[in-house]
Amino acid sequence: MTLPCLVFGWGNRSRGDDALGPLCVERLRGALPAREDIEFLDDYQLVPEHVLDLRGRRRVLFVDASLACAPPFETLALRAAADASISSHSLSPQALLHLYRDLHEKDAPPCTLLAIRGMRFELGEAPSAAALAHLDAALQWARGWLSMPQLLRRA
Amino acid sequence: MAASLETAAQPQGLKRVAIDPVSRVEGHGKVTILLDAQQRVQQVRLHIVEFRGFEQFIAGRPYWEVPVMVQRLCGICPVSHHLAASKALDHVVGAMPITPSALKIRRLMHYGQVMQSHALHFFHLSSPDLLFGFDSEVNRRNIVGVAAAHPDIAKKGVLLRKYGQEVIRATAGKRVHGTGSVPGGMNKHVSAADRELLRREVQQMIQWSQDAVDIAKTLHAQNPALYDRFGAFRSNMLSLVRADGALDLYDGVIRARDASGALLFDGASDQGYLDLIEEEVKPWTYMKFPFLKSLGREHGWYRVGPLARLQNCDFIPSPRAEVERREFVGWGQGQLLHGSLAYHWARMIELLHCMEVIAELLDDPDILAGELMARGERRHSGVGVIEAPRGTLIHHYEVGDDDLVTRCNLIVSTTHNNQAMNEAVRSVAREYLDGHELSEGLLNHIEVAIRAYDPCLSCATHALGKMPLQATLLGAGGDVLDRVRKSPDGGFEHLPGSIGEGP
Repeated sequence: MTLPCLVFGWGNRSRGDDALGPLCVERLRGALPAREDIEFLDDYQLVPEHVLDLRGRRRVLFVDASLACAPPFETLALRAAADASISSHSLSPQALLHLYRDLHEKDAPPCTLLAIRGMRFELGEAPSAAALAHLDAALQWARGWLSMPQLLRRA
Repeated sequence: MAASLETAAQPQGLKRVAIDPVSRVEGHGKVTILLDAQQRVQQVRLHIVEFRGFEQFIAGRPYWEVPVMVQRLCGICPVSHHLAASKALDHVVGAMPITPSALKIRRLMHYGQVMQSHALHFFHLSSPDLLFGFDSEVNRRNIVGVAAAHPDIAKKGVLLRKYGQEVIRATAGKRVHGTGSVPGGMNKHVSAADRELLRREVQQMIQWSQDAVDIAKTLHAQNPALYDRFGAFRSNMLSLVRADGALDLYDGVIRARDASGALLFDGASDQGYLDLIEEEVKPWTYMKFPFLKSLGREHGWYRVGPLARLQNCDFIPSPRAEVERREFVGWGQGQLLHGSLAYHWARMIELLHCMEVIAELLDDPDILAGELMARGERRHSGVGVIEAPRGTLIHHYEVGDDDLVTRCNLIVSTTHNNQAMNEAVRSVAREYLDGHELSEGLLNHIEVAIRAYDPCLSCATHALGKMPLQATLLGAGGDVLDRVRKSPDGGFEHLPGSIGEGP
């Protein structure tokens, strides 16, 4: 059975602040064990088959580390776009939504990006203290987002 | 072998063109081209930023952590690293051989990984070039363009990928960061429920794989002049084969052929890879250049991956793929195929083979029950060689009495293909760019040649926005000559302790 809400974070846990996406998912999963309406997933990066994870959802929250956003985090209501990332193995969330529309001939469910500011991405490093502080702030926002009443209804 | 355009005789005064980054490959690579006033190509180099910090990342860790840790080296083929490390550490724990159940579950995991990787590459990364043309409209030349023009092809690609990921989940325990394979065997069986889910779709996936072979084959048949000549150069070929000469992606002995197809060596144990292969350092790139010791630096470089595997083996041990291999080999009329675009055809035959193997393994009761772990005499080192999607992958570990890894050496598939990819871009530059006014479409020909090898240049990291880049320049003796950091805004700084550091 497809759950109405998906929280999907990506990144590499062994590359410093790149772990913010998976860490956010892990902590939300741990903090909300009773929420049977939410599926929590994480991966290294967004790839085309993730369009299948969006099917049948009411809302989707993407979580990723960002070097470009203002600290501690930014949120963005996503729109489909054929941006430059479609030229790599990995996709941007906007390109994923574009691919979803082409393959399913309809728009993806509403998707929000939670971009958490990171600074250091070296192999073998733990997340920095500053990034973890950004994560705490982002988690507070995410818990609020996940408590919105429309998420509690089935898709 | 191709005439060298590696180093221009007189680089002063030549115009420099850079393709940076090379797109639709994993990780960061760039190509630099030096042209004279008449637009004649004088030098072409593929540069790959490879972080040699992987070995330091692993050294000092307990050996039993390694199969899980190494998955974080690469977001594209983590399962290949997971299994190559497990195979190497099987030797350390004396598990030679592992149990039949463990072997079959690992094989299932591996063939699932190769299948989904090949599907991603063909359907999403290469099909835009192959279906629309190398110099077609750039905005269309991507997976979104394919999905718009050929939604059926794009959808099959997505569903094949998804199926492969489900095979990985069923065997490794999770979609990512799987823990299924451990030194000495496996820690879980495939559940009956997962097996039934996978069996339900397996015939459909075989048919779609066959369709993919047909697409690749048709492309060759429609334009043989292009497909046979593009990025073509003669090279040696290296891969694992099963002891009886069959194609085997999980295990076997090392075999190499020369450019005419004659055996250079066969039946070599993977534990002795250092007797066969040496790596050369060149001053203009961070990535090493492996070569066969017996032939030396100049003549000993080789290709790995689907093109090498299909021409190194004597047969494919699955019926549909074997039919296709015979047709593929027949295309060369007794000669090895050396065109870079033949990789695509070979890759799709492997995709079909993987699905046939997956179907066979799903019917095997040993994946549901049976002993999972083996043990034996503890040893201090082990080598694990596997045929990853892009080619031969070598993991080598030395482990102390305290169970900590003291030394680690990895040779990844893309490193094996380093010289070959450089030869491919030089061949294409000579054929298509030489004497012409450069355009995006012409430069894309260079990228098409590189993509044929499906190089994984990944350091497995990414983030929204730009990444910082730190690079260490090593001398031939391994000494650090310079360390620089490129900041997100593009600026460079020399780091303390390096020769290039400012006053």
